Amino acid sequence: MPLTTTRIAQGLAALGGALLLLTIATNIIGEPLPGAVIRIAIVALVIAAFVGAVGTVGPREVARKIGQLVVVLFCVTVFAFLLVRILPGEPEDLLVPIRTDTEDPAQRRLIADRRADIREDLGLNDPLYVQYGKWLGGFVTGDLGNKYTVSGTDPVSDEVGDALPKSLQLILYSQIISLAIALPVGVIAAYRQNGIFDRFANSSAFGMLSLPNFAIGLLLAYWVGVKLNAQLPESVNIPPQGYRPFSLDSFEAFRDHFFTMLLPALSLAVGQIAVYMRLLRSDMIQTLQEDFILMAKSKGVSNSRVLWRHALRPSSLTLVTVAGLSIGTLIGGTVVVEVIFSIPGMGQVIARSILEREFVTLQSCVAIVAVAFVLINAALDILYSILDPRIRNVRA
Amino acid sequence: MSVRETDVPSAASLAVLTEDAPADRTVTEPEGKGKAPTIGLGGRIAAGWLLLVVVLSVLAPILPIDEPTARGAGSELGLFTEGHILGTDTSQRDVFSRLIFGARSSLIVSVGAILVGLVIGGTLGLISGFRRGRIDTALSSVFDILLAFPQLVLALSLVAFLRPPSASSGTGNAQVDTSGGLTTIQILIIALGIVAIPLLARITRATTLSWSQREFVLAARAQGAKNLRIMVREVLPNVMPAMFSIALLSIAIAIIAEGGLSLLGVGVQAPTPSWGNMITDNRAVRSAPLNALFSPIAALFLTVMALNYLGDAVRQKYDVRESAL
Repeated sequence: MPLTTTRIAQGLAALGGALLLLTIATNIIGEPLPGAVIRIAIVALVIAAFVGAVGTVGPREVARKIGQLVVVLFCVTVFAFLLVRILPGEPEDLLVPIRTDTEDPAQRRLIADRRADIREDLGLNDPLYVQYGKWLGGFVTGDLGNKYTVSGTDPVSDEVGDALPKSLQLILYSQIISLAIALPVGVIAAYRQNGIFDRFANSSAFGMLSLPNFAIGLLLAYWVGVKLNAQLPESVNIPPQGYRPFSLDSFEAFRDHFFTMLLPALSLAVGQIAVYMRLLRSDMIQTLQEDFILMAKSKGVSNSRVLWRHALRPSSLTLVTVAGLSIGTLIGGTVVVEVIFSIPGMGQVIARSILEREFVTLQSCVAIVAVAFVLINAALDILYSILDPRIRNVRA
Repeated sequence: MSVRETDVPSAASLAVLTEDAPADRTVTEPEGKGKAPTIGLGGRIAAGWLLLVVVLSVLAPILPIDEPTARGAGSELGLFTEGHILGTDTSQRDVFSRLIFGARSSLIVSVGAILVGLVIGGTLGLISGFRRGRIDTALSSVFDILLAFPQLVLALSLVAFLRPPSASSGTGNAQVDTSGGLTTIQILIIALGIVAIPLLARITRATTLSWSQREFVLAARAQGAKNLRIMVREVLPNVMPAMFSIALLSIAIAIIAEGGLSLLGVGVQAPTPSWGNMITDNRAVRSAPLNALFSPIAALFLTVMALNYLGDAVRQKYDVRESAL
């Protein structure tokens, strides 16, 4: 009964997706819903994916995929955990927040005590696999360990909790901007293939791909943030640097948030626009050669309706996948862009922890990024085969 | 309509390289297309630019230009100031001279890194695609896992832990020298090379897979050729064009990566100029002289574009299929 399982899967996926979006939205606004909602959303999505996948590719294939996913997740977390441990030097040496090159005996004793404390706290005397187990246990439950400062310890989860929404905002806005531009441009370029617009769009895409996001960021910061901003009226302030939190308290605060995010989001979006545009264009050109398009045209359906209603959806599958996968690339991009525009997001946390060799934070951040990336891949894999029956058949 | 391979991580990292010539996709015979063997006017311009950059950076020490670290006496900034074609930067150093010496380190880092990646990744990919079976499964999983980390984050982690501690980081943390006496440039080459390995290995593997199926491989085997000989003499020459085109694109990515790492403070270290640290030095857009900021950006942009263009041209000429990526 593939129909009913598909229906159940779709229903659950819709519910889970809606709840998840709601959670993300409320998190960005700054008034998060109770944690139970996100758990329900995740459970609904997992069940939906499971039911949908069993219905489409059969239980054996699903078991194999889940097995693969577990192995990959295991390896990724082990890698993130080991990345900093395999390098020379004792971990606690990297973490003692006091200069060790002192001659003063009291100071040296203090350092020795501190080192012993840190060893104890991190469980560095345990065998490596026990350390990994403890760290993973904490990671799954949201306890990311401690950052050691001169005066004591700070929980890493606080810092990450502050930074994560800012990076999510940046990624979300840049995805919205890139899709909003790439969709119409790609469709029109495909419709008038090899026309002036198509040629222009293609060569600009080529140029956009050759311009790294930090270069775009600096150019925008100068031409818009400094030069154009000086010409703009007082109320429109697009600064070359800085971050304002999302706020609904006043219109000014709300507006300033978007003004400060505009340039960083745009610098990330430019490269994506080019990628999405080219993908959509090539898929669209293929779709437009299909019989059902000819059929629709011969029925007298208007050109724009053929393009937007008939051709866009079957052409957008690759785009959806790549848009999801780009999140990995975007996370890398945010590191640099956040530094250029001084946005205190995950990128800044990663950059700081790397420069300070503060590996407790670093391994958690790297693990968060990699696990998210793997899970997005897995989710898209399932979504893709549910959306497109042809792939389902090829796979099975 | 062909069904794309949804080989996930590679699609992510190579989305940038995705080609959009649907008509070419149906052609599977690598030499059967009968395309014009020239690379066209654009290709010539691109090759010319790259040649210019390479020659200038090789000849940099004997060119009649200022020392890249020499500080001028004058306070003049901006273009076409006396004695400086591209003016001087915030520290009164000649921008043009720094641009050429910067090209030198940017090229050494990126080409070096991709050579490391090609030698290691290419060998692994060749073995993996040729031998298949368990070796292939094991190697492919390792590549998949490495590709699960955003490239820049991976590169940043590797560089940060390989580099000697800098006194200026000012965190007060106990600094342990984990560098083993490597220079920054060597560290960058190693780190970016490691990041490039899984990507180059996957592409070599995919291309090797299809070439290993061909009749001439069977013929060689029937004549009693050993595996190693078949790999090196029969398969490798056919895989080379694909590797070459991806190498060009990867060099472009490595040049950009050096720039990104510089902005994060772990690129080529002063006083040696690189395009990345020139951009970083002059990134204060409110006050920095524009010629000093825009010159390296322009040089980087043109070089990356030339590499992308040539890479695409080579790929189209040898019809390296997108699905192989």
